[in-house]
Amino acid sequence: MRTLESMKGQVSAVVIGTSAGGIDALSALLPALSRGCAPVFIVLHLPRERPSRLVDLFQHKCSARVCEAQDKDPIERGTIYFAPPDYHLLIDAGPHLALSTDELVHFSRPSIDVLFESAAEIYGEGLLGIVLTGASEDGAAGLAAVHRAGGWTVAQDPATADVSIMAEAAIKRTPVDFVLSLDQIASVLRTTAIGELQ
Amino acid sequence: MSTRDFDIELQLLLDAIYLKYHYDFRSYAHASLKRRLKSAMTQLGCRTLSQVQDRIVHDPSAFTAVLGFLTVPVTEMFRDPLYFLALREQVVPVLRTYPSLKIWVAGCSTGEEAYSLAILLREEQLLERTIIYATDINAQTLQKAEAGVYESNRIAGFTENHRKSGARTSLSDYYTARYGRAVFDKSLRKNIVFSDHSLATDSVFAEVQLVSCRNVLIYFNRDLQERALGLFKDALCRKGFLGLGAKESLRFSMYADAFVEIAPGDRIYQKDEAA
Repeated sequence: MRTLESMKGQVSAVVIGTSAGGIDALSALLPALSRGCAPVFIVLHLPRERPSRLVDLFQHKCSARVCEAQDKDPIERGTIYFAPPDYHLLIDAGPHLALSTDELVHFSRPSIDVLFESAAEIYGEGLLGIVLTGASEDGAAGLAAVHRAGGWTVAQDPATADVSIMAEAAIKRTPVDFVLSLDQIASVLRTTAIGELQ
Repeated sequence: MSTRDFDIELQLLLDAIYLKYHYDFRSYAHASLKRRLKSAMTQLGCRTLSQVQDRIVHDPSAFTAVLGFLTVPVTEMFRDPLYFLALREQVVPVLRTYPSLKIWVAGCSTGEEAYSLAILLREEQLLERTIIYATDINAQTLQKAEAGVYESNRIAGFTENHRKSGARTSLSDYYTARYGRAVFDKSLRKNIVFSDHSLATDSVFAEVQLVSCRNVLIYFNRDLQERALGLFKDALCRKGFLGLGAKESLRFSMYADAFVEIAPGDRIYQKDEAA
């Protein structure tokens, strides 16, 4: 049985997936990340045809650096990377960021599954995957891949999610390690997993 | 199956494809390549990439199927309308000063980008003096590009994009709707040359005033990106223009100094005078 305590010092990267209700959920989580945190990659489903304002929205709330992922960017600690609208975000060997315009997955580009599956290959048991509120089943297969690779899996407690479909689908598909409220996930990010500069 | 085994099999498969069919995917970015090959495995009913390798080496039609997965055409007409608006406002006035024009659409896939440029140039009354070279490595997608026939359900999106690109005409002026499909005007094709060209293995074939290569470089690793950018630099005339995809840039390239970014948000570069 995995405990939150045993996660300490074991996480080298975090992937987060969310859609409907995601901005509020991330507003509760991301300020918990410190400047020395492990790299965090986020897919938030948004309209594909507009530039995203996520960086402006989150940068002033966070002490970690917030940016929109660019193709081939090297990956740095203390940085939160958002997938750009209309591109899939993947992690490639290096590790570095990779983008693609491949077909939509679960009607979405970016897709949570695409990010989680590629990150699981690179980070293996050092990866923490978190699925939050959302009205899509995107992320369920991705979290299963994180689990198979030996990584840590967290789903937001569906009872506390704005829209419970995404977390429910993930829990149904994978024996997730922890089902937590946003406050609990924030505390995982702050202390247990990747809190202070090491 | 472990990740390590998959990586070994991937390398062997790409070598086999190169040796047998001379398509060079060895310098493609692995993350998206792996995803596509996993779809190909499912489609071909193969459990491993070694099985895929066995099939493609002994059966060219299986290779054609795999090639379809490796070069998935995902594009639309006037994709990123603001790119086309920037071309119209900042590049077309310069192009107008040339008596004849050559434009290279590198990685044209099923042709949407080439037709978009042809329509834009016709609106700007430049198409008649232009040759657009539209190149790709996949013969099947090139055939589709040449046909210029697209599903009707995509036309609304194309029309909206076209409108936002600063259109001077209506997109419906350029196609006829037939049996659920939109057939684009043959006269647009008169000035487009579709041909087989690989950014991985071929060289420069003409001097051009504009290269448009969008969302192609993201599929390449850094070495192959540099090769392609080198070809573009060599193909461009003095002060020629280079258009990249919205999330591509020359930031980390050895050719960064050879270009000046003239429309930063829209990723349009101009070859530096000294380069």
